[in-house]
Amino acid sequence: MSTQYLNWTVCHDNSNLAWLRLDVAGSRTNILSEKVLGELHQILDQLADKPPSGLVVISGKGRGFIAGADINEFTEIPSSQQALEKIRFGQGIMDQLDHLPCPTVAAINGFCIGGGLELALACDYRVALDDPGTRFSFPEVKLGIHPGYGGTVRVLRHVNPLIAMDLMLTGRSINTRRANNIGLIDHIVPERQMENAARQLLMSLPSKHRVSRFARLLNSRPARTVIAARMRKQIARKAQPEHYPAPYAMVWHWDKHYGTEEQMLQHEASSVAKLSVTDTSRNLIRTFMLSKKLKSLANNESTPARHVHVIGAGVMGGDIAAWCVHKGLTVTLQDIRPESLAQARMRAWKYFKKHLGNRLSIRSAMDRYIPDIQGNGLGKADVIIEAVFENREAKQQLFASIEPRIKSDALLATNTSSIEIEKLCDSLTDPQRLIGIHFFNPVTKMPLIEIVNGVHTDPEIRQRAINFARQIDKLPLPVKSAPGFLVNRILTPYIVEAGLLREAGTSVTAIDQAATRFGMPMGPLELADTVGLDIGLHVAECLDQAYGFGVPESFRSMVQEGKLGRKSGQGFYTWKQGKKPSNARRSSNGDDETIQDRLVLRILNESIACLREKIVADKDFLDAGIIFGTGFAPFRGGPMQYIDSRGAMTLLETLGTLQKQFGGRFKPDLGWEELYPEFRSAGD
Amino acid sequence: MTKPTVYIIDGCRSPFLKSQGRPGPFRASDLAVSAAQPLLLRQPFGPEDLDEVIVGAVAPGADEANIARIIALRLGCGHRVPAWSVQRNCASGMQAIDSAFTDLLLGRSNLVLAGGTEAMSHSPVLYNRHMVDWLADMNRSKSAWQIIYTLAKLRPGFFVPVIGLLKGLADPVIGLSMGQTAENLVHRFGITRAEMDNYAVTSHQRLMHAQKSKYLEEIETIYDSKGNFYSQDDGARPDSSLDKLARLKPVFDKKFGSVTAGNSAQITDGAAWVILASEAAVKKHNLSPIGRIIASDWAALDPAQMGLGPVHATAAMLFKLNMSIADIDYWELNEAFAAQVLACMAACKDDKYCQTELGLDKAFGEIPHERLNVDGGAISIGHPVGASGARIVHHLLKVLRRNHAKLGVATLCIGGGQGGAMLVESLQ
Repeated sequence: MSTQYLNWTVCHDNSNLAWLRLDVAGSRTNILSEKVLGELHQILDQLADKPPSGLVVISGKGRGFIAGADINEFTEIPSSQQALEKIRFGQGIMDQLDHLPCPTVAAINGFCIGGGLELALACDYRVALDDPGTRFSFPEVKLGIHPGYGGTVRVLRHVNPLIAMDLMLTGRSINTRRANNIGLIDHIVPERQMENAARQLLMSLPSKHRVSRFARLLNSRPARTVIAARMRKQIARKAQPEHYPAPYAMVWHWDKHYGTEEQMLQHEASSVAKLSVTDTSRNLIRTFMLSKKLKSLANNESTPARHVHVIGAGVMGGDIAAWCVHKGLTVTLQDIRPESLAQARMRAWKYFKKHLGNRLSIRSAMDRYIPDIQGNGLGKADVIIEAVFENREAKQQLFASIEPRIKSDALLATNTSSIEIEKLCDSLTDPQRLIGIHFFNPVTKMPLIEIVNGVHTDPEIRQRAINFARQIDKLPLPVKSAPGFLVNRILTPYIVEAGLLREAGTSVTAIDQAATRFGMPMGPLELADTVGLDIGLHVAECLDQAYGFGVPESFRSMVQEGKLGRKSGQGFYTWKQGKKPSNARRSSNGDDETIQDRLVLRILNESIACLREKIVADKDFLDAGIIFGTGFAPFRGGPMQYIDSRGAMTLLETLGTLQKQFGGRFKPDLGWEELYPEFRSAGD
Repeated sequence: MTKPTVYIIDGCRSPFLKSQGRPGPFRASDLAVSAAQPLLLRQPFGPEDLDEVIVGAVAPGADEANIARIIALRLGCGHRVPAWSVQRNCASGMQAIDSAFTDLLLGRSNLVLAGGTEAMSHSPVLYNRHMVDWLADMNRSKSAWQIIYTLAKLRPGFFVPVIGLLKGLADPVIGLSMGQTAENLVHRFGITRAEMDNYAVTSHQRLMHAQKSKYLEEIETIYDSKGNFYSQDDGARPDSSLDKLARLKPVFDKKFGSVTAGNSAQITDGAAWVILASEAAVKKHNLSPIGRIIASDWAALDPAQMGLGPVHATAAMLFKLNMSIADIDYWELNEAFAAQVLACMAACKDDKYCQTELGLDKAFGEIPHERLNVDGGAISIGHPVGASGARIVHHLLKVLRRNHAKLGVATLCIGGGQGGAMLVESLQ
């Protein structure tokens, strides 16, 4: 007997077990939208009236349990009161499931995220599919909130609070083994035993997993006070309360409101309701939406690549290769120097060892990471990515020499960071086929790829490059081919300004800490050290020619002295074994505002210039590019969002003051007037 | 009916890496995979177009059962390319090629990857029988009393390990080590220590000359995961001299023997490959063969004289073809021991030996040293037992091509008293 709803199906089998299957209509993944929850409410009501002997919640999607709440709905919430209602509604349904008069089990066949995990936690038992794709996380903190459907409460039933809080504070995702070890799930089973396991649990009803006595002690009043203080300290190292209130609220919630589940649930709801209407949360949700916008650029029309050939086994080339292998592709890595190939392979091995864990997966990955001195992979690859050093002639020669060797339908790409595609493609017989696929360093961490479109580039090639970026799970940002493209062009004046500040006597830590206090992931001088001053100088010089950004004299002299940053051990900081000393004094934040204005306004002014020149299609793409390409304070929603929130007029005034003080480099770009017509009158 | 032609279209090998007394950076399947990847990459067909993969390996790791299938899957041949492993001791690599040859002759396959691999440095160290029994008792002991009782039975001797490599290099029927069978030949043919050492020095010199002249371009650079790469055989001793070799002590017949580590093949890790193709496959993929296999043959003899296997196998093979030693341009005769190579050369030109042992009416002929193992052999390059057979077949084709010669014989002696031989023709 089965009852069909739009998104759910309820089947009663011979042993009077109800199988509740979620298959959200018109969506590739299961999402807990209001409609889906509404139906669930109805179903649970009926089940409560006439309880089966057990209930199994399963997913109708081949892979993947539930991806969480519908974030679109959160963008539309006008007030915290409405947010509260929405959250209480969701909480109520989870309570219903929790209090169902029959035992329940969640059969988790893939990712189990946010609201999905909260739903699973409202069940009595959880069995998970033994598969690398089965991962668990509470990502709410990344959207400026914390779990709100009872997750903060129920997770503590099963998981030691230190671990549970870590999960919710970082939003990190964990695999089945870890989930099993910490008590989040009860069993890991292969697909063939999924149904059996659920059935047997409901038949035998073993005692439910509970946290250990020690963990209960950690939840006691005195322990909470001590632990919460430590947690706040740890969070403060990464995020400030005024920028990221959610983790602090999360700690507060546990510290001050741990008690009966009923009270805790009430506070959970009001806490999330408050967080969900903060600017931070709105900007973070917008950032999430921007990533979806970039993802949606891909269509599924091109055949997925199987074999990528990367030329140049430097850090970039080697890491691009490792990333592609990690995403399931076979990669041939070409370099004339076996030393470079060996080093690249070692870095790849370390990366796989950390991220793949099991011996056989690591071996399989290494088997697909093939050093190729002769470049025999050229003729077999579906995608060819050139990542040799930044030299126009060298790249041109390379393209001319490889063009006859590659498959006619292979995607030919350059990873150049600053040379325009038009200047590279003229050595090809078919200049239309060259496209820029620009990765950022470190490749394995940075989510963005600039898809650089030359004037000749065939639109179909562009689409294939975008699809390739999605295939390897990166965010594609189409940009126009102009020196520095988008990200480097906007970062350079910011770093240059930092250099000028330093030359004028501001301390390195004052500059960098002003930037991190603004919300940048890393200060500009530390960034310069990390990238390598020689590389930074090269880019700055290229872009200086094109846009007149200026090059701080100190950059040149430092490079001459061999102070290249992290790789040489000495730059703006002294690096020891790739780490800068952590005892750097916290500088006072007295000068923050002036430093921040100088640094950030150069970013903003250049952003306006990029929009005016149509380097990217619109404001959204610009914000997305800068957030995902540079880590620009995501809680500020990107440069354009920041202009809107601070007010373009205010910024223009500051820009005017700075121009008087420091001259032309702060001259407002013409684009301000185009974008904000109110300037025209103000400027006169 | 004419026999179909079986072509060798390409081949390669890993560098042969001398055992450093502890497990080397590569396991047997790693060596084979690393060497085959560049070989397959340069072919106009993909790994999934192969009809089968055949690998010779004497002692793969405990978790490398049917190592050929492991290698095929790791190479990306996909689920549908069958793969099987062969074992004929020192001739395993040649057996793999011979098996591929047979399948091509029968028309069962058109395109076969065949070769051999061995990571001798990874050969296992085992518990001895006493220890295994004791562990079983321990496992069965349940009560504290039983456990104490079993513990009390533990003796220091239980910890003496069984060295897998030594077991593998000893004849399991007659109990002699391979080196002792070589001592038998020294005795039988009156070979002197100086002759052997002299032969060993030549092997090293020839290898070094070949390295300098870039004659060994069949070696593919392989990479470990610790940031190292290996692009050359590391067994050559540039300082090898009669003087130094004369100082080494005999290792098999200690004190009074004359076979030393210096005039024996080295314990080495390595893999070697060839790709065999039928006429049809050559046409289909537009391949350019480097040679073809004309014939192969196997022979057996007294295990205590196993080093003479090549004489018996070669004689059998050439006789069936109505050919003689004089028809052969170049030879690769695996250098298990200098004594054994010298004994083979002596036996071939010895009337009495050829009459009594081979049933010929006179001596088989003389194999000229300057046409034999011209780029060194197992004494300098090393002898990864599963791989050597494939190495010498492929390298022989390279030698023939370089010298614009036509016919060559690759042959090995096989522990247990056998010999294998393969006749190839270079196609240029």
